[in-house]
Amino acid sequence: MDRREPGAGFSDGAARLRVAVHKFGSCDGCQLAFLNAGPALLALAEAVELVHFLEAGLDDPDARVDVAFVEGSIGTSEEAERIRAVRERARVLVAIGACATTGGVQALRNLADAGGWVARTYPEPDRVHVLPESAPVRAHVAVDLELAGCPVTTRAVTETVASLLRGALPAPRHEKLCLECKRAGLACVMVSRGEPCLGPVTAAGCGALCPGLGRGCYGCFGPSELPEAGALAARLRALGLDAAAVRRRLLAIHAGVPAFQQAALRQVGEEDGDGR
Amino acid sequence: MPEPGWLPLQRADALLATLREAGYRVVGPQVADGIIRYGPLGEAAALPWGVRVEADAGRWRLRRTGEGRAFAWANGPQALKPLLFAPEETLWRTDADGRPAPQAPEAPPPTAVIGVRACDLAALALLDAHFLRPGREDPWYAARRSGLLLVAVHCTHPAATCFCASTGDGPEAREGHDLALWELEEGWLVEAAGAAGERLLAALPLEAPPAGAAERARTEVAAAAAAQTRRLPEGPLQARLFERLDHPRWAQVGERCLACGSCTAVCPTCFCHAAEERPGLDGSSARVRRWSSCFTEGHSYIHGIVLRPDARSRYRQWLTHKLGAWHAQYGRSGCVGCGRCIAWCPAAIDLVEEMEAIVGDA
Repeated sequence: MDRREPGAGFSDGAARLRVAVHKFGSCDGCQLAFLNAGPALLALAEAVELVHFLEAGLDDPDARVDVAFVEGSIGTSEEAERIRAVRERARVLVAIGACATTGGVQALRNLADAGGWVARTYPEPDRVHVLPESAPVRAHVAVDLELAGCPVTTRAVTETVASLLRGALPAPRHEKLCLECKRAGLACVMVSRGEPCLGPVTAAGCGALCPGLGRGCYGCFGPSELPEAGALAARLRALGLDAAAVRRRLLAIHAGVPAFQQAALRQVGEEDGDGR
Repeated sequence: MPEPGWLPLQRADALLATLREAGYRVVGPQVADGIIRYGPLGEAAALPWGVRVEADAGRWRLRRTGEGRAFAWANGPQALKPLLFAPEETLWRTDADGRPAPQAPEAPPPTAVIGVRACDLAALALLDAHFLRPGREDPWYAARRSGLLLVAVHCTHPAATCFCASTGDGPEAREGHDLALWELEEGWLVEAAGAAGERLLAALPLEAPPAGAAERARTEVAAAAAAQTRRLPEGPLQARLFERLDHPRWAQVGERCLACGSCTAVCPTCFCHAAEERPGLDGSSARVRRWSSCFTEGHSYIHGIVLRPDARSRYRQWLTHKLGAWHAQYGRSGCVGCGRCIAWCPAAIDLVEEMEAIVGDA
């Protein structure tokens, strides 16, 4: 694998970064962070040379690039092979979005008998090469930077490109949503309304969208540093949520996160029927 | 000092008008999104008339009573801190060629804040001690601080989470303000402190106070002190805290603590911040300072090691600093008894209860 120090070789500011955007198991939404950049898209197009980006009509998946942005989780044997090829052809690999960083919504199947589903659903299950788990990119290859979010934000993507243009990876951000919420002057929805909220275990970066609308956080940006999911689950129960509701909240978007999984599966309740 | 004057509630707008004529933009508390928040105040009618606050650990609710008072509540999540220590601000920039593009701190227009409480004034004195330390003035804080005029309101309706009487910081506003209001059902008894306050007092269309108003007002504020049930353990806690770093209670509270930093964000004296670089695609860059917290990983990150990796050690760091090490740094405890950290803790952790458990037996 031809991997140099992140950013090495493109710090003179004059060279345009060669960039590829790859899609794996995902909804395509994170790639839109590039296309939805608005006026920044012009600056972005000047700063980088896009060589592969199917959603933008560029089809050259085997090109060697400075930076590969990877959307989606790794959930099939074909994807497991393809991500290795992407890694080999990129100096820097940036995983973007919930699927690529935690396994995404589809990691719900990690907790179920997914193999059994395939056997029961398809007449020739051997043709379906699905892996037992929907995994984040880092479970298969080395990742230089992860940008969280469902979807990732245009700001995070453009700041990453801007940093890489100067030969540096941006510092990883795992701060909790609560601090972003407080800086925005928002009312804590748990304290002022009794709304269940995943803010205390979720990474900042969305701009506290849901609390700004009076709703609790659903955890789109995935786990923060030190995600005390067990303590939060206990508090949500104390606020009146039943075990099934706590499980659903913790597993909905990031079932692949061990801390969320453990806290969710520790929830014991009489409502097990609809909580799976 | 001039005698206090009387402003009937029907003429409350005269206070705002007088402040504006003196060149101040007026900021005051208002009900918004179910909380009380400080923002630009257009008219006295926008004040939080007829509401009270019901607070407990992890819970804060407004209750409408319809009574004719604008200040029958103790506090919301924030007061002066965001007005002076900006939650997020750009400190400097470099241009597209990497040259520094200095940015002088912008001085906001002179601002009068109505409704400042005794705890907020005590907290302000601590923020001043930190950000305006001689020879180390923070120019961004100083620019906002210089034009600030404070209209205090003595507290008559403490929340259940309040304990300012035990820290010695309230409920009566004693220093740091320019004007102070004693609120009664029919009006405000207005008094001045300092030259700016006295000029404003002279400009206000005040009447002679009704008979007994001053006594009634003092009785109400004394009752507000007596009504407080939470009390911090007495005396400087520094030695006792540092003797008990291995107290089992730290681990117990660490089990409940979410390490979310909400307590430090609402604390009116917490001043920790972090700076980050925000690069632009054109080669320019901005250096941005933001509120941070001792509950973050970054706070104890030192070349590859996070010294305080768990909630237990972060909670202990916060309280041993706030209630212990502050004495050596700033000559007093960093707690002013506002109770915000108790009410706004999403995990319902009660600082007073934790301190009683850890150092309350001496």
